[in-house]
Amino acid sequence: MNLWWLMLVCGVITFGIRYSFIAAEGHYQPPTWFRRLLPFVPIAALTAIAAPELALVQGEIILGGGNPRLWAGLVAIIVAALWRNTLLTIGCGFLALFALQRI
Amino acid sequence: MRPAESFVLGLRSVMPMLLGVAPFGVIYGVVALQSGIPALAAMAMSSIVFAGSAQFLLAQLVGAGAPLLLTVGAVGLVNLRHALYSASVAPVLAHLPRRWKILLAYLLTDEAYAAAIPHLMAVKPDSPQATQAHWILFGSGFGLWAGWQLATLAGVLLGAQLPSNLGLEFALPLTFIAIVVPMIDSRARLMAALVAAAAAVVLAAMPYKLGLFIAVMAGLVAGVAMPRRVN
Repeated sequence: MNLWWLMLVCGVITFGIRYSFIAAEGHYQPPTWFRRLLPFVPIAALTAIAAPELALVQGEIILGGGNPRLWAGLVAIIVAALWRNTLLTIGCGFLALFALQRI
Repeated sequence: MRPAESFVLGLRSVMPMLLGVAPFGVIYGVVALQSGIPALAAMAMSSIVFAGSAQFLLAQLVGAGAPLLLTVGAVGLVNLRHALYSASVAPVLAHLPRRWKILLAYLLTDEAYAAAIPHLMAVKPDSPQATQAHWILFGSGFGLWAGWQLATLAGVLLGAQLPSNLGLEFALPLTFIAIVVPMIDSRARLMAALVAAAAAVVLAAMPYKLGLFIAVMAGLVAGVAMPRRVN
């Protein structure tokens, strides 16, 4: 029973965080500095999530050889910059990873 | 765009990420059972909490018999970045009735946000599209939700019989790269990305994803602090 209550509380907290600003919109006037931060949220958040997946190997920062995911990620970054195509980027990233893991 | 088209656009945009999310869902199912959580509760947690890293943490802390207050606080910290997503999409959802806001807030995960946000940013305010834009977020949110439930179910039912070492998780950072790179069209945005990336890597060892949250904040500040180019 305890476990179900714990899950429920955690669910409410998670939902509350996600609902917070959506619910408050229109009821408060956000300060200007806060509104200027918001256009950068997608870039900062998604980059911060992805970067450790590329640069860390089992918790160690490895920039150079011995880290195929870093180089495959760089290939994906170049492909994304040139062609702006999601599936092509993912495909090339995976191809690069599998090729580098074979070396 | 009609609602159905917007919904399908969101659904399609989240599909590549399901490739990366599915192994996580399976592993979560396995970890939850190993932590002594009954199969039914492990499944229910994917609907009630519906937050990948928080569910892993919750399962591990329950398994370790951690104090309740610590567990609850940790789950809150892990999900802190979602408040920024909430602020980011709030203007687009402002005109909606409360039931829509509640539904979309429930579905507001990293992946659903990532899949929808390029399309939401492309919609001009006060255009006819703006009134239907929430269907894009609903499409990506629903797709991720359904995929997460199926992956969890597979993990709970089949568990260790499934191969979990295929490297499919790499689809997530690759999709995020495909989304973020085309967005970088100014020095300020480039600076936000570089600072967020560097900080996230250096602070990755911090507990409860605090390093991730600090890195996102650092990226935001770096983007704003960058002087605008004067031509």
